[in-house]
Amino acid sequence: MGQAFRDETFRDDFSFRNSPAAIARFPFPFDRDDYMYAVNIEPHVPGRPGSVFEHAFDVDEHYVAEMRERAMVLAEDPLRCQSLPHMTLAGWDLLELIMEAKARDYPDWFSLDRAGDRWHWTNRPLDIEQTFTFLDDSTLPCGPLEYITRQTQGDFTLQDQREDNLWMEAGTVTTQADWSLDFDLGMNFFEWHAPVPLAHERGIFDRALKFLMNVQHGAPARRFNWTMTVDPLLDTSPETYPKWGPSRATLTPETIGRRMHLRVELQTFFRLPRSNALAFPIRCYLIAFDDLVTVPKWGRRLHRVIRDLPEELAAYKGFLRNRPLMVDWLARYDDGAPTSPGWWPD
Amino acid sequence: MSAGTRLAVRVAEVVPVNDLVKRFRFVRRDGGPMPAFSGGAHTVVEMDDHGLRRMNPYSLMGDPADLSGYEISVRRDDAGRGGSLYLHRHVRPGQEMVISHPVNLFPLDRRAKKHLMIAGGIGITPFIAQIAQAAAQDMRFELHYAARSRALAAYGGTLAARHPGRVHLYLDDEGQAIDLGALLAGQPLGTHLYVCGPKAMIAWVRGAAAAAGWPAAAVHHEEFLAPPPGEPFAVRLAASGIDLTVGPTRSLLEAIEAAGVAAPYLCRGGACGQCETAVLDCDGRILHHDHWLSDDQKASGIRIMPCVSRFEGRLLVLDR
Repeated sequence: MGQAFRDETFRDDFSFRNSPAAIARFPFPFDRDDYMYAVNIEPHVPGRPGSVFEHAFDVDEHYVAEMRERAMVLAEDPLRCQSLPHMTLAGWDLLELIMEAKARDYPDWFSLDRAGDRWHWTNRPLDIEQTFTFLDDSTLPCGPLEYITRQTQGDFTLQDQREDNLWMEAGTVTTQADWSLDFDLGMNFFEWHAPVPLAHERGIFDRALKFLMNVQHGAPARRFNWTMTVDPLLDTSPETYPKWGPSRATLTPETIGRRMHLRVELQTFFRLPRSNALAFPIRCYLIAFDDLVTVPKWGRRLHRVIRDLPEELAAYKGFLRNRPLMVDWLARYDDGAPTSPGWWPD
Repeated sequence: MSAGTRLAVRVAEVVPVNDLVKRFRFVRRDGGPMPAFSGGAHTVVEMDDHGLRRMNPYSLMGDPADLSGYEISVRRDDAGRGGSLYLHRHVRPGQEMVISHPVNLFPLDRRAKKHLMIAGGIGITPFIAQIAQAAAQDMRFELHYAARSRALAAYGGTLAARHPGRVHLYLDDEGQAIDLGALLAGQPLGTHLYVCGPKAMIAWVRGAAAAAGWPAAAVHHEEFLAPPPGEPFAVRLAASGIDLTVGPTRSLLEAIEAAGVAAPYLCRGGACGQCETAVLDCDGRILHHDHWLSDDQKASGIRIMPCVSRFEGRLLVLDR
């Protein structure tokens, strides 16, 4: 298969690691030495070979382990995957989009054979074979959204578009940065973004909504978001806060390099053709500080971004308490040299 | 609109439907399936009318389950700017054309307990695709379709035969008219209302629904405006450093494109908001014709929708 899938965990013993190749392709989100919200949306077109932008849906060395983690979260809390009744068609749209993309981009791992509405799907890394009838819910073991998102890295929400707004009315969310699908389900774009500081006043959301409502079929878009996570936890949810929240108070100068992770979300936006809904895949990439600073440009830049970030944002992203520790540790990797523009390693 | 969202197609079929309407079928030149779409979607058809570039939106009227081709129906408008006349007079089977990926500004609300559709004349086209989708998914719907005569009620007979009891025809020349008051009063809670047709009909239906207390979110309409002709006017594109004149039958958007400036657009009919442009200086009066800007925005004079709006006065400077 060309690429080994790592056998690792995102809980308990936290055996998740990035290989040197995964570090080299990590989507470092800062293209300059300071950070402020912007409508940083660009076309989601195929990018550099080997990068996380090479394909519409990136499949990497963590695929099998992430899907195992998702299955555990769903077993513990089935409400992490929900779809209101009018969103079933959008689920089928998403299933078709992902199956077509993966079969095209990773033919060694996935294949899709279609005879009219009779489809046969093969997922070799997860050892899945499924024959089903497209648009017939009774021919899959679960709903189409749940079926395909159990086989695809990243969280997914599906937005209905009406009344000049977007409404989050379906999704699978198990790798989130402290927000809850169960809480947000049924909210519109402004409601689910209400907790975000500073951006409302800057008119960011008005412009972003306008852009997203005009995303066209065949012309997907993408943007980055980021935060910090102690230990490589994919599931940092409000529902499980008591399990992971206290870990933020246990960092020391000796453990921060190993335990603190930059958490990057690659958010993409796809217009779905049959339902006219908008899909938001939110893919999470984690990297330990120890690994991140092996790229000198990233170490320098992350130090400057974290040091100069407005306090409201550090609080919203949940690392205000640890910021002094982070800045002290990162300062060792910032010699004050200038950094080159853009996010790629030098 | 971006280059990646256009489809290279061939005209597979041109069928006269009645004295005023022709149907055009497009298939991909590479032989592949068309992108899937949802009922109510339109495509923008690009035309090279003897050197003049025309781009008009038309509703997709085929069954969304059939991806072998797209179909549109075009009513000939003898007094219009010429797009429909070009399609009627010059477009032949085999001709190569370019159309856009589908865009839907008139989708069904899938939460509805029932879909009540009101069509006038050529406004029937988006409903044909919506009904195909609704029927395939066992959604409850009812169509009320008004036309001048039986001969001009395009597709009325086919729809009535295919969906007995759910399609109601009203023919002006037989003295029939939709009893809108009774129709709106007799709907179950959770019904959504859709109207597409002439401007006066849309205003009539929306007005009656509002007066009867229908929630605004349950009333949907689609109206593509043709860019209205007017007096020629001059405009300066500040970002591009270009001065140009908009002719009497050209739209401002078309004039900007003809000057070689890439401007965003989707519907080209004043509805979607994509081409909204900032006005940097204005000594005169903007003739707003769009459905997009609010009344306050129109009055402020700092925004314009170049797809349909015009200007009269001494100076207009745009951030483009």
